[in-house]
Amino acid sequence: MHSCRDISILVSQGLDKKLSWRERFTVRMHLMMCTRCRNFQKQTQFIRKAARHYTDGLQSRLDKKS
Amino acid sequence: MTGTLLTEKNLSAQRPVLFRYALLQLHDRELADDVVQETLLAALQSASDFEGRAGLRTWLIGILKHKIADHWRRSAREASVPEFNQIDEDDGETEQDEFFMSNGQWNGGPKAWADPEVALKQQEFWAIYEACQNNLPPKMAKVFMLRELVGLEADEVCQEVGLSEANYWVIMHRARLGLRECLEIRWFNNTKQEKHHA
Repeated sequence: MHSCRDISILVSQGLDKKLSWRERFTVRMHLMMCTRCRNFQKQTQFIRKAARHYTDGLQSRLDKKS
Repeated sequence: MTGTLLTEKNLSAQRPVLFRYALLQLHDRELADDVVQETLLAALQSASDFEGRAGLRTWLIGILKHKIADHWRRSAREASVPEFNQIDEDDGETEQDEFFMSNGQWNGGPKAWADPEVALKQQEFWAIYEACQNNLPPKMAKVFMLRELVGLEADEVCQEVGLSEANYWVIMHRARLGLRECLEIRWFNNTKQEKHHA
């Protein structure tokens, strides 16, 4: 059995590389029955999006300053 | 000969990443633009030094770092974003794991967030986001920023920071856990759920 720690490691890795078929399968199986890991996946995707927005925001703030 | 040619086109394709890298350190758009341009020109001039195996982007970032260091040397003032340049070996790899219990189950763990998309449009959210990002241990923050803000690939981040791949996975995992928890405590748990946002 995979623990939530194991699954969250895979979820995080999945944002930085393509997981193997087996790894993806393991993650999806677990996510079907685990709300917190599902939340973790959604939230890490959100954080990625927020980071991009943050960089854009930084650029436009600096634009206004100059 | 290697596959990557140092054409103007190949070089300018790297401009956005280099620009974001420079911007995060210099906090000045015009300056960042200049430094990137200097970098690309220097690259063209020393094209013969380029050994394809390092990867074009890694090589360019090497040059860019020199250009940024030159800039700081010229302007006597201190770097306003110091963490990015010199990082001592803090590392966030403590054995103690506050995010999980010993059996690997969540300790607390991710609650549902109401309407995260709305947060992106709120000024106050960004102050919290920034604080949470800066709260990460310096090395972790650097790794996270190179990946998510600058947009380097994982292997490029490893080269840049001098990390093993295994370390990279550990650090990014912890960075995401830490940032997530911070946002949850300081933003998503705090905001009153206004059921009627206009």
